Amino acid sequence: MERHILVVLPHPDDEAFGLSGTLAKHIKNGTQVTYACLTLGEMGRNMGIPPFATRVTLPSIRKGELEESCRAIGIQDLRMLGFHDKTIEFEDQDLLDAKINDIIKEVRPSLIFTFYPGYSVHPDHDATGAAVIRTVARLPKDERPTVHCIAFAKNLEQGIGHPDVLVDVKEFLPQKVQSILAHRSQFQVAELLNSTDHTSKEIQDRFGTERFWTYKFD
Amino acid sequence: MQLINQSEVQRRIDDLKDQDLYIHLEMTTGAYAAHFDSSKHPAATFITNAIIRFSHGSISGSGPYRVGLKMEHGWVYSEGLTHYEETEPERLIMAGHDSQGKLIVSLQLSRQPF
Repeated sequence: MERHILVVLPHPDDEAFGLSGTLAKHIKNGTQVTYACLTLGEMGRNMGIPPFATRVTLPSIRKGELEESCRAIGIQDLRMLGFHDKTIEFEDQDLLDAKINDIIKEVRPSLIFTFYPGYSVHPDHDATGAAVIRTVARLPKDERPTVHCIAFAKNLEQGIGHPDVLVDVKEFLPQKVQSILAHRSQFQVAELLNSTDHTSKEIQDRFGTERFWTYKFD
Repeated sequence: MQLINQSEVQRRIDDLKDQDLYIHLEMTTGAYAAHFDSSKHPAATFITNAIIRFSHGSISGSGPYRVGLKMEHGWVYSEGLTHYEETEPERLIMAGHDSQGKLIVSLQLSRQPF
């Protein structure tokens, strides 16, 4: 069992599809989870259908959605770090790394989840993963937590091979679906909205397994 | 957001002329454009809270709409605007959404920073 998990992702909703089931599973086993979300997704393009958010209201709407998603998963400790969407790759790296390092020092996680740098499509994803890897790599080898990365680039299997951690989350699909549905300005997932049957084969095949790459430090 | 009411937006543009304003101007095809379709070219640009002042401004077209603002030394131009925020009397909040409802362009003007 993990004592304390730290999740470091840039956008509200990054947790929903990729690891909400895994987090719910750990939380049921008694693990504490701290989620550091770097931005409020201020520059997201989805505004709801019909659009109910504006560029001005989107940050507060997404903050509420993030809090609802965390409640659905059972996350005990949500931190919003106040960076701006789309700017992570341009941020002062020392500032970014120091914020992440402070949280690592405080909660002493045994496991960290983030994006795999270079294989996560969105520049904010790659830059967030790179900041976590830089920060963990600076720790003495015997103090480094394990880092499990999410990746979904098209070429990822040529680059980093197959995921080495597969988590069966079928038992936690109710929490996962609630997490996804919490982000109502961002996702319109018809089959989820039309079906609350978490035992259907389609839902289980699409959402029942989460996959991660363990980052290999030198 | 409501579909643009051209005469109402024109009235608001006129209210904002000849004064320092904070502008948010943006256009984006989305960070995932090329991930979903490799023939697409991902492009996005925005500027937030720069200060501008215009002497003439108007909205034209029949929807989606264009807006042009004439400044002392240049222009602000935006095409593809479909919606505005009716409930924001002090600020002009406009955006263009594509057929899937995704924001593709936005133009916002305010006397206070965003």
